[in-house]
This record gives sequence, C-alpha cells and structure tokens, in this order.
Amino acid sequence: MTEKIGVYVCHCGTNIGRTVDCKSVAEYARGLPNVVVARDYQYTCSDPGQEMIKNDIRELGLTRVVVASCSPLMHEPTFRRTVASAGLNPFLFQMANIREQCSWITEDRGLGTERAKEIVAGAVTRVNFNEPLEVKKVPVNPDVLIVGGGITGIESALQIADSGKKVWLVEKEPSIGGFMSRFDKTFPTLDCAACILTPKMVSVGQHQNIELLTYSDVIGFEGYVGNFTAKIRRRARYVDEEKCTGCGQCEQKCPLSVPSEFECGLGKRKAIYRPFPQAVPGTPVIDKEHCLYFTKGVCKVCQKFCPRGAIDFEQKEKIMEIPVGTAIIATGFDVFDAERVKEYGYGRLPNVITSLEFERLTHASGPTAGKILLKNGKQPESIAIIHCVGSRDVNYNEYCSRVCCMYSLKTAHLVHEKTEGKVYEFYIDMRAFGKGYEEFYKRLLEEDVTFIRGRVAEVTDVAQNPSEKGKLIVVAEDTLLGIVRRIPVDLVILSVGLQPRKDAVDVAHIFSISRSKDGFFLEKHPKLAPVSTAADGIFIAGSCQGPKDIPDSVAQGGAAAANVLSLIDRKEVELEPTIAIIDENACSGCKICPELCPYHAISFDEGKSIAVLTAALCKGCGVCVAACPSGAIEQQNFTNRQLLAEVEAVSS
Amino acid sequence: MPEMLLDRSQQSVTDVFLEDVYSIPHGEKIKECIQCGTCSASCPTSYAMDYTPREVIASLRAGLLDRVLKSNTIWLCASCYYCTVRCPSGIKLTDIMYELKRLAVEFGYVQKSAKAAIVSKLFVDLVDKNGRIAEVPLVGKFFLKTNPFAALGMMPRAWKLFRRGRMPMIPNRIKGAEDLKIASENLEITGVHAGAKEEKT
Amino acid sequence: MNLQTTMNFSYYPGCSLEGMNKAYDKSARAVCDALGINLAELNDWNCCGASAYISIRELRAHLLSARNLAIAEKEKKDLVVVCPSCLTTLTKTNHYMAENPKLRQTISKALKETELQYWGSVKVRHLLEVIVNEVGQNEIKARIKNSLKDLKVAPYYGCQLTRPFGEIDDKEFPTILDTLLTWVGAKPVNFPVKTKCCGGMLMMTNEDVALGLVRNLLECARENGAECIATICPLCHMNLEAYQDNVNKHFGTDYKIPILYFTQIIGLAFGFSRKTLGIEEELTPSKALFEKHLEVIR
Repeated sequence: MTEKIGVYVCHCGTNIGRTVDCKSVAEYARGLPNVVVARDYQYTCSDPGQEMIKNDIRELGLTRVVVASCSPLMHEPTFRRTVASAGLNPFLFQMANIREQCSWITEDRGLGTERAKEIVAGAVTRVNFNEPLEVKKVPVNPDVLIVGGGITGIESALQIADSGKKVWLVEKEPSIGGFMSRFDKTFPTLDCAACILTPKMVSVGQHQNIELLTYSDVIGFEGYVGNFTAKIRRRARYVDEEKCTGCGQCEQKCPLSVPSEFECGLGKRKAIYRPFPQAVPGTPVIDKEHCLYFTKGVCKVCQKFCPRGAIDFEQKEKIMEIPVGTAIIATGFDVFDAERVKEYGYGRLPNVITSLEFERLTHASGPTAGKILLKNGKQPESIAIIHCVGSRDVNYNEYCSRVCCMYSLKTAHLVHEKTEGKVYEFYIDMRAFGKGYEEFYKRLLEEDVTFIRGRVAEVTDVAQNPSEKGKLIVVAEDTLLGIVRRIPVDLVILSVGLQPRKDAVDVAHIFSISRSKDGFFLEKHPKLAPVSTAADGIFIAGSCQGPKDIPDSVAQGGAAAANVLSLIDRKEVELEPTIAIIDENACSGCKICPELCPYHAISFDEGKSIAVLTAALCKGCGVCVAACPSGAIEQQNFTNRQLLAEVEAVSS
Repeated sequence: MPEMLLDRSQQSVTDVFLEDVYSIPHGEKIKECIQCGTCSASCPTSYAMDYTPREVIASLRAGLLDRVLKSNTIWLCASCYYCTVRCPSGIKLTDIMYELKRLAVEFGYVQKSAKAAIVSKLFVDLVDKNGRIAEVPLVGKFFLKTNPFAALGMMPRAWKLFRRGRMPMIPNRIKGAEDLKIASENLEITGVHAGAKEEKT
Repeated sequence: MNLQTTMNFSYYPGCSLEGMNKAYDKSARAVCDALGINLAELNDWNCCGASAYISIRELRAHLLSARNLAIAEKEKKDLVVVCPSCLTTLTKTNHYMAENPKLRQTISKALKETELQYWGSVKVRHLLEVIVNEVGQNEIKARIKNSLKDLKVAPYYGCQLTRPFGEIDDKEFPTILDTLLTWVGAKPVNFPVKTKCCGGMLMMTNEDVALGLVRNLLECARENGAECIATICPLCHMNLEAYQDNVNKHFGTDYKIPILYFTQIIGLAFGFSRKTLGIEEELTPSKALFEKHLEVIR
C-alpha cells in the first residue's frame, strides 16, 4: 500500500519566510512521490494551523505527515500531539528543520529555498519508512529521595511530606541545617538564622513521612524515572539513635577536645559530639579519627556515663537499598578558599578572616560567645570588609557569587553594632537586586559605614608611616576619586565567594547529571526549567545549581517539590520509544556494547552469549547502534532504512 | 631610529591604538575592564602618575587618549607586572603600556620631561648599532641629553665603580650585528603586529 | 662528592653582566663549576631588548629574542639566564611565537634572512631554579666548606622572576630562594616586600620615585633584622647597592646593608674567595659582616 503524505511548509512569520520561498517549496513537495497534499502556512503551530493538519488527516486519509518548520526540539512534541489527536500514530509524523538548519544560516533567499527543498525531500522520503511506535508507560514510585539537608532540602522535604508522600532525606553531616545553621543573622531582615531554621529542622525530625538518614551518603543510584534504586551508606555513629535521648552527658564527660569544623576551626568540640546545640537529630557522633578508644584503645568514659547505654563501639556501617521514584539533589555549596589569594594575607597575617569565620565569631553560641575579638583578645577599632574575594576573577572563579554584596552589608552592620568601630567596605559594584535589598543598602549608608569603590589590591603589614604601625593596611584605589588609598585597620574580613562542593564531581557521576562550565549542576533550561535536569525524574535545587541566597534557595526547593509531586500525581510516566532494539539472531556476542552504554542499559547473557537490552533504562543515545560491528542493534525511528532513505533523497 | 614603513600620522591616535591593541596577544581583553582599580592600587609608581592605570582605560573609552599620551603616566611604568597578574579581567596591562609608549613616540606626543622615552630611544640606537648595549655610552649620552649637571652628581659613584673595574668604556659589537640589521629591515611593518589575526592590505 | 650527571646549558649572561655587574657573572660561573652545571656562553648572543626596546619597536624586539632562541636551538641546549628581565623578555617571545601563527611567520621570515630558524624547542630557565630543581639539597649541602653561621638574609626576588608567567614560583610570595639559602646555612628572614619593585630603569629617569621604592625595601629588611640582602637581578642589585647612599641623603636615613648576589652567598659557603666571587667590587661593604659570619668547617 502506498502511503499518503501531507506536507506543511511553515513561514514562521519572517523567521523562515524571509530567506526561504515557502510557496515554491510547498509546490516542489507536491511533486514528490506519495505526497497527496502540500501546503504553506504562516504559523503552522498555531491553533488554526494545527486544525488544518487534523482536517487533512481526517478528510484525505493521510497516513504520514511532514511539517517543514523549526527545530524538532521546539515543536516536534506539538505536532506529534496534533496528529495523535486526529487518530494518527505520532511517530508517523516527521519534522523537517528548515529554520535553524536553513533559513537562519543564510541571507541568500535562492540558496535558502534550494536547501529547504532538499531537506523536505529527505523528510518526505524517510517518512515512508516510519513505523507506528507505542509509547510505554511505567508506574511512578511515590517515594522520594532528597540528597542534602540544608534549608533547600528541608523545604522540599516538608512540602512533599506534608502532601502525604514518603521522603528519604539523606544528609552527609551528623545534623541537618547546612550552612544556614552556622549563620548568625540573615539579610536583609536581620532575622536570627537559627530562629527561623530550627523550627523547620524540628519539623523534619518529627515528621512521620520523613525518614531522616544523617551521617549518610548516597553511593549508588540506578534505574529510570519513576523507578530508581538508591544505595545509601549509613556511617557508624557508634551511638544507638533509638536509645539516645540527647542528654549530652557523653559530650560533657569526654576528655578529648579537637578543632570544630562547624566553628571553622576557631573553637573546639569533643571527640563525641553534636555539631551545634540545636542539632537534628540530637544524637551525637563519635569521631573515629580522634577518639581515644579508636586510636589508643583506652577511655570509653562516654559509655560509662551514658544513662541509657546508647554508646556502641561495635556499631557497623550499614548499606541500604531504597526504591524511590524521583530524587532531588540539594547538596549545597562550599566557600572559596581565601588562602589562594596570597596578596590578601589570609593564613599569613593574623586578623585576616573570612566572612564565614566572622559569622561564627558574632554568633552567640560561637567560640567567642558573640564578641568580635582579634587574635590578641582585644576588640577591633577599625574593620575593613573586602568584596569579591575569589569571584568575578579570571584567576579564580569568573562568575559573580550573587550573595556577597548583601552579606557584606550585613557583616558591616553586625560588626559596627558589636564593636562600635569604624567600618570600611571596599566594593566594585553594589548588587542589591532582591526584595528589601536596596533599602538595606540605604540603611547601611545611614549607619556611617565608609564605602570605598575600589577592588582591594593587597592587605599588608608593612607600614609606611607611624600611623600604620601594628595595623593591617588595606590598599585600594578609590576609583571615584582617582586616588590610591592606604587604610590601616585592625581586622580584615574577606567576603569569599561560593563555589561548587569538592564532591560535586562524584555526585554528578552517581546521578548521571551534568555540570556547567563553572562546576555547578546543570539545569535543563536556565529560564524555563531551572530545577530540572536532562535526566528525567532527577531534580536539582538550591546553591548546588548556582550561588543563591536563602529566599531563592527556598523557592527552588519548593519548585523541585512541585515538579516531583506533579510526576507522582501523574501515577505513570511515558517512556520515549525511540530506543535501541537488539536482534538476537544477529548478535555475535562480541561484548562491545555493554561496556559502551552510558546508562548501563545493556547486560550480557552468558548462557545465550548475546547482549540484552533493558528497554526502560535505554535513553536512545545511539552509541550501541553505531558501535555494533554486526549491525545487530537498530534504533527505533532511526533505522538504517529511514536514515539512508533521507540521505539519498537529500543528496540526489 | 629605525624608520616606520607605514605612515599613520593622519589617523586618529585612538583609532590606531584600537587597531593595534586588538592585535597584541590577548589585547582584546581590554574591552572587559570593569574599572575596579586593582591595577592602580598595585602599581608602585601610580602615586606619581598624572593618570592612574585604570584612568588610562577610562580615558580611552572617553576618547581622551591624547591627554594620557602627553602625560607622564606611561613613562613611569616600571614593568613590574603586578597589574597584569592581579587584573580580574585578565588584561595584559603592561603590554598595553608598551603599546602606548610606542604610539606616543610614533605620534610625537613625548614631552621633553619623559626621560624614560629618551633613554629607551638611546637604548634602541645602541642595540641596532652593536647588537648589545654598554652602560657607559647609554648613561653618558642620556645625561648629556637631559641634564648635564646631574652627570656631575653621578661622578662620585661613577668613580667608585671605575675604581672597582665595573665601568667598561668600550662597547662590544657582536659579529651578527650586520645580520641583525638586515633581518630587522625585513620585518613587515605594515600594521601586522605581534598578535594580528589578519594581514592589513 | 660525585654528581651523577653533568648538566649542559647554553648560557645567556645579558648586557648588564658585561659591565657594571660582572660580579654576578663571576660568582655564577664559580658556583656552576662547583655544581657540575656546564655553562657554555651562547654564541654571539645579542641584547634581548629588555623593557626598553619593546617600548619603541614591537616586532623588532621579538626578533632580538628570537635570534637568541634560534642560536640556542642550534646549540641543542636549553638556555640559562641570570637576569630576570632577560628571562621575561625571552620567555615572552617564546610563548607568543608558540601561541600566535602570524607572529611566528613574520619573525621566521626575518630570521631566514640571516640563515637562522627557530622551531620553538628551547626552554628558557633562570639559574636559581636550575640549581634548586636540578641539583637539589643533598648535592649542595655536600659542597659546603664554610658555615654561614645563620647569617640573616633578606631574600629579594624582585618583579620579573615570578611575574608575569608564574612558572618558577608563586607570583606574590615565592619561596625558592628562601629554600636555597637555608640549604647553604643562611637564615632567610621574613621579608614581605620580597617581590616589590625596586624601580628598575626608573632610577635613571625618575630618581626620586625609584629612591622611594628602594627605601621601602631597605627599611623592611632592617625591620626584620636582615644583615644583608640577597638579590637575583643585576638591576635590583645596582639600585639597592649603588644608590643606598642616595637613599640616605634623600631621606635622612643611615642604611648600611650589604647587598649580595645569591650566587655570591652560595659561593662563600662553598669556600670560594671574595675576589673570585667579585665581592671585592662591591659598593656596600660586607667584609666586617663575613668576618663574623664565615667559619671554615671543612
């Protein structure tokens, strides 16, 4: 039976119409074999345009449809739906790209039209060999994996758990809370970070729908959308979470103190510890690297004093395999290592600290009980805050870290409030883009902070005159005056930028997601799909996607939750049928393809000595199709027959 | 002084600079200057300059390159490269300073007070003639040209150096001096500079 | 005292070592002799042009460097320099020619006129880096005949050893010279201005600006208890040494800090005489200092 092909050549306004003579392309198409109707139209994707196609299908009994317009990435789904709604299998539709690959790359109308005709001829010839493929539907497991228990992960977890679904929240540290738990106040409202965070943390800890797995990592993640299996390593705390009441006796009695990571090394913690008083869960953790029992075989004081017998030195780490339908990655960020900028003296000069270290100093439960103190125990009388450390710099990170201008203003406010000292803020630009942010900047201007527009060239202790002796001298050009200024201060606070975590590479690998040039996780579309990834069912949210403040992190956490709930509520997802298919009889058992498949979708059956495809895992990338030396693998909707037909038509 | 084969004196110095700077390796980075001032604050001599290094780029953008070329700024650059290594936009400011020096000489903007220009020209003459320089003729000629009285002030040091055998009076001439001259004359100075992407016709 | 291999390099002294700074050349050769570093002077080398030539002519400046590189390539050895300005100038041309086909073409065409060619295979290295990286601690310690008795030295690197390329050490706070000084028994002091500019050629053209820069260096050395300053650049050396009197006159100070090339300090530790190392030619007397800080141990 010969096919009945309908061809529609779109003008796309002037996008195509300007450099392609669509009428003449349609006329040319009319003359191609099996074409029963060929039309040109202004905006084929519009309602009337689609109606026109549907009518033709119904009235002319079309068996194949070709639309020559934009990229399939743009409207292939649209037109597939159009033909499906007229009763034709959507895979009997073929898109011909005469825009991105034709009209947009030439100014010559003659050339454009010729090329468009070739492309259309190719599509028309090929579409004869299209097969009606059926979309496979798979159920969606309603359980959700959330990786990262900072404010973003917490937000997602609560949203999803509140809707009645089960959440597995995995956090690497002993407690959830993330960076926000280390901040003192937040801009621009100067809310106490702990006050707004801890209620949420407690809700997570107590929520009946949230399984909180702290001190744990995700070490494997397999499967496909709606049907994943997460492999989670629960590290040994050496404390039984069920028995522990969080009374804190063990921490008190422990004889060994070590530098606290939570305090940026400025304060100490015990070998058995909770990172901070409001930790959730309140169960401490024993640090195997330092604990006297693990290193020297002595002590065990904590066990002696625990009223519930919750200390268990024999505890082993556990590996769990959990089936989930979707995952949200909210693993957060790291701060830039200020020691890399040698000219600022971090690590070499005393009293040069980072903004994060400052947060710990000013925090009421920090190492100095909230007092801002220099190394010699005195309060500073003059303080310099330096913007853009490690950011906007080709030598370090090229991007802007977004939050530093605002947190520098907050720092200026806090340090001035606590010390009554003279505060200098050195900036290049003042980025106050959010709600209440510009007003916050005005507030700081009113608080007598001295703003100097100039990027600091260096911080030095080499005095050039008596007033500089014993001080840290900040050298910058006051660009608004055109004068280089040397400002002697007691304390220098470096506003360090945000960067991807060191383990982002590993996380990306485990979840098969990509990273952008700057190392943060790659979103599907920066404007229209900021929390989705190219991997269906896996979402990203918060600062692991790019530097951002708390409002935006929470918004993204909610967005990811909405995406997840939408998937779950659909109950099933459709899998693209344009996947590989292995011909058992042609397979020679060479074992090349299982190694190559980036999605681990091909396994090898030793008994039959052939490669076997797990269709649900296949993403249709085509690598195995190209690699198979026997030609035993074909890709549905991209069969050799279809492709060769297209090539022949285009080149003749 | 080696002659310029191409006469650009009729073009505006800003236009010529813009042509040239985009052909210095990485010269196009100058467009990315965010006027942060790191260069000025890193520069050991900017305090004595009429215009700070950052102001040089700002002047260029405002079409005021002339005032920069007439000033003492570029001749105070000691090539310490602090600006180049610290610039967050990756601008090779030291190389740009060299280009500005060359332009100032080409377009005759050099003031009598720009002594660094004088010593550079004397340096070039010595190298072109002998293939090497010797301090005595260089310093000697320089002081004769700029400030003969200062030469007297240098006498005590000069005597000390002479006594210690550190003042060779006769410059060395290399064997390849003539070759070098021939090779230099064969360089195409037709607007094709170090990093040029295309021939200028 | 057996060195496994002899290292062979082409040696580019640079114009300043012929004249006022012959001591650097003398001491460098002596030390290299002792360390088995064979320095064969580059045949008929020409001036590299430093910062002065490129201020007037760009292409010809690159040609000057390229000629030296071509000759070194013919001699089939890497090129060792002692003057950081020569280092930067030669390295710059080396890099720019490698990155830029148009420049390479232009310069190659000119070089052909003198029957020279450069294929880009020469590495330009500074003697300090060669000594530290190729010879190493053990071989150096094995040759020490005199103890420097913890001589306090301010290690002054200057601008162009580590800038702009940063290939030898950190651009702001290098430590390679500090390391070498400890190996020979000296005590490098904290010297935060170790890569600050001495003014270079500005001492001739803008003396008061340069004197201010030199003053900062001398003051920092004194503040940190340095008994002398070690240099690696002939121009820095000249500015610190020959103009110390001018600094004193200009600022009313009384600095009397001996300035020595790093090769002279190593040479003294190795047992060479002051004459051999060219120390007798100095302008800032160091005799008294070394009467205190030199003791024969072997």
